[in-house]
Amino acid sequence: MANMAQAIRMALHFGETKLEVKDVFGQDTGPPLGGVFTATQGVECAWNTPLDERGIVGMALGIGLTGERCVAEIQFADYIFNTIDLLKIAGNTLWTSHGNYPMPIVLMTPVGAGIRGSVYHSHSFDAWATRLPGWKVVIPSNPLDAYGLMLSAIEDPNPVMFLKPKALLRVRGEELIPGEPDDEKKLKSMIDAPLGDRSKWKPKWPKVEDYRVEIGKGKIVHEGTDATVVTYGRHVLMCKDVAEKYAQKGKSIEVIDLRSLYPYDWQMIKSSIQKTGRVLFVNEDTEVTNFAEHLVYRCTQELFYELMARPRVLAAKNLPGIGLPAELEENTVPQKRDIERELDELLAEIP
Amino acid sequence: MARQTQTKSASKKKKASKMKTTKKKASSAQSKKKATPKPAPKLGLSNELLLQMHRLMVKSRALEERLIKIYKTGEAFFWIGGPGEEAYGVPLGLLANKGQGPKHDYFHLHYRCTPTMVALGMPMIDSIRLIMNRSTDTSTGGRNFSNHYCYPEWNVVPVGSPIEVQYQMAIGTAHVQKRHKAGAVTIVTGGDAGSAEGDFASCLVWASRPANPLPILITVQNNGWGISTDYDGQHGETSITDRGKAFNMRTRVINGNDPIESYIALQEEMEYIRKEQKPVLLEAKVSRLYGHSSASGANFVQNEDCCINMFEERLMRAGLLTEDDASQIKAEYEAEARAAQEQVRLEPSPQKETLWDHVYTDGENGDWRKF
Ligand SMILES: Cc1ncc(C[n+]2csc(CCOP(=O)(O)OP(=O)(O)O)c2C)c(N)n1
Ligand SMILES: [Mg+2]
Repeated sequence: MANMAQAIRMALHFGETKLEVKDVFGQDTGPPLGGVFTATQGVECAWNTPLDERGIVGMALGIGLTGERCVAEIQFADYIFNTIDLLKIAGNTLWTSHGNYPMPIVLMTPVGAGIRGSVYHSHSFDAWATRLPGWKVVIPSNPLDAYGLMLSAIEDPNPVMFLKPKALLRVRGEELIPGEPDDEKKLKSMIDAPLGDRSKWKPKWPKVEDYRVEIGKGKIVHEGTDATVVTYGRHVLMCKDVAEKYAQKGKSIEVIDLRSLYPYDWQMIKSSIQKTGRVLFVNEDTEVTNFAEHLVYRCTQELFYELMARPRVLAAKNLPGIGLPAELEENTVPQKRDIERELDELLAEIP
Repeated sequence: MARQTQTKSASKKKKASKMKTTKKKASSAQSKKKATPKPAPKLGLSNELLLQMHRLMVKSRALEERLIKIYKTGEAFFWIGGPGEEAYGVPLGLLANKGQGPKHDYFHLHYRCTPTMVALGMPMIDSIRLIMNRSTDTSTGGRNFSNHYCYPEWNVVPVGSPIEVQYQMAIGTAHVQKRHKAGAVTIVTGGDAGSAEGDFASCLVWASRPANPLPILITVQNNGWGISTDYDGQHGETSITDRGKAFNMRTRVINGNDPIESYIALQEEMEYIRKEQKPVLLEAKVSRLYGHSSASGANFVQNEDCCINMFEERLMRAGLLTEDDASQIKAEYEAEARAAQEQVRLEPSPQKETLWDHVYTDGENGDWRKF
């Protein structure tokens, strides 16, 4: 099974051979490294940019204006903040030009904590990203979705932000990408660059096939009837584990992997809450003006009389940073024990 | 604010005289060019071209002055534009390889480029529809400020309000043009004060990388002001173009109040870029004849050089234009602009039903209430 970094690589390979991607670029995305998380390794049209995030986004915008397809990378979401006005432009170009100029770009960036990344390699960007009208925002939780979302993102004529949960980039999936060899050692020998001199290395790409995950569609990753947990990215895995544990206790938790933050799958969220009457939103961005607060707001507006308990948001504490020691990180971003605590309260509440 | 701008302008005489020195240098460049043959190259360019440039300059000025009137009579919320920058902007538009897609030139313009748009062929009425925010405005659908043009058919990408971001995007169109190998150029324009933004420096870095130099004409229309901040308030460099030298970039300073010098210089630099696929940094010294924008009053500033007056004097001395011709041409364009305004008055404004149009392509819904 491919890990998420390999899946993204294969998607970019499919993109450059089948979907007319002409440029994949960012800091250290080209040879010899192929990205600090190796997500662009072996991709033929990948090249290294100057160490200039605004330049990277500007380059993407310019390419987008010509109508050509590109995938740009910001090495860590922690360093995307000085590009925010350019991101606004990416989102408003079609609208302000009254439909004259679409902006068909993909911008990917690793997000979130979970790798002991300290203050500046742990930032989330999901809440910020949802405040950029005109963008679509996706965040996969497994390699197959990463593959399918990337192909959809490339083909989408609008700007798509592809958030990569960095703690999941090395995690293998449970499902094969269509065309991927069954043996993960074989895959590795085909597409992972060797250590040492890589100047003559070329990947042997498996014949990966077209596979799409539609932007705007979530996925129920664990069915249940007692409460709904809506999450995305790295917390999908945690919430699923918790749901399995609760199943053993006779509690039936439904877990939705949102996959797309904008547009988001309201119909899926809504019908699940109508079934369970209880909802917890989990993510790791800071808790004040968190994207989940918008979803909670909507729940209270549209589902108020169907709720059996107060809807809840579990997110990272509203701190200026995430401290490096485990004690600090784990008490800042939600852990399984926090999810359980919130779920216990949610399930216990009597209307 | 208007008064403040006026007094500051007065202290600017020194700069105007500096400009004249540049002009002298330019005329020697012209005399080198004298080899150009027919017809009667008295002023370095064909009479036909000179008169065409003159007409376009007058047209652009008449349009801008109409826009200012529209603002002053309360028929627009805001005016910003390029009166005083015609001698530079018109040749820039005329020299373009005009068309759509990467085999043609791209324009990343700022809000002082009506002259370039008029030279490209923009009808006056388009600009009036934009400033009066009519739904017939093809640049923004009546959504944005005056002079925020957008013409995909001529690769004029949307003019934005954030200063200098266009320099950052220009590298992307140039990168694609280079791949298409058609000798097309990306042209980016902006003001002098804006060059303090990091995006300007970024553009120099990305355009001049030995790994992939880019075909960009990086230009600065230096009017000596950033709203009310004068040139010395921010520039330690002797000339803005000196910054290009650190990147081994070809650079040039021209008198942008002289359409002949501007035309010849732009032509040479664009030819170089087309052929060499390398960047050029060019600075044009220009005037700002109506202050920064309507926010500073949009009143005529007496103590700046007017490129149209100066050009008309030269054309008259060369026997190419009479006083009568000049006033007739002016009257003709003023009438055209007035008539256009009258028509635009009758046109509809954008309606609230269109608010969500073009959030995404192909009418895809962007309103979360409908997800
Ligand atoms: C990023 C940004 N900062 C500030 C402004 C406000 N602003 C508009 S024009 C201007 C001055 C620009 O001066 P210059 O670059 O010399 O161009 P000019 O207007 O003189 O042609 C400023 C500060 C802006 N539009 N964008
Ligand atoms: Mg200026």
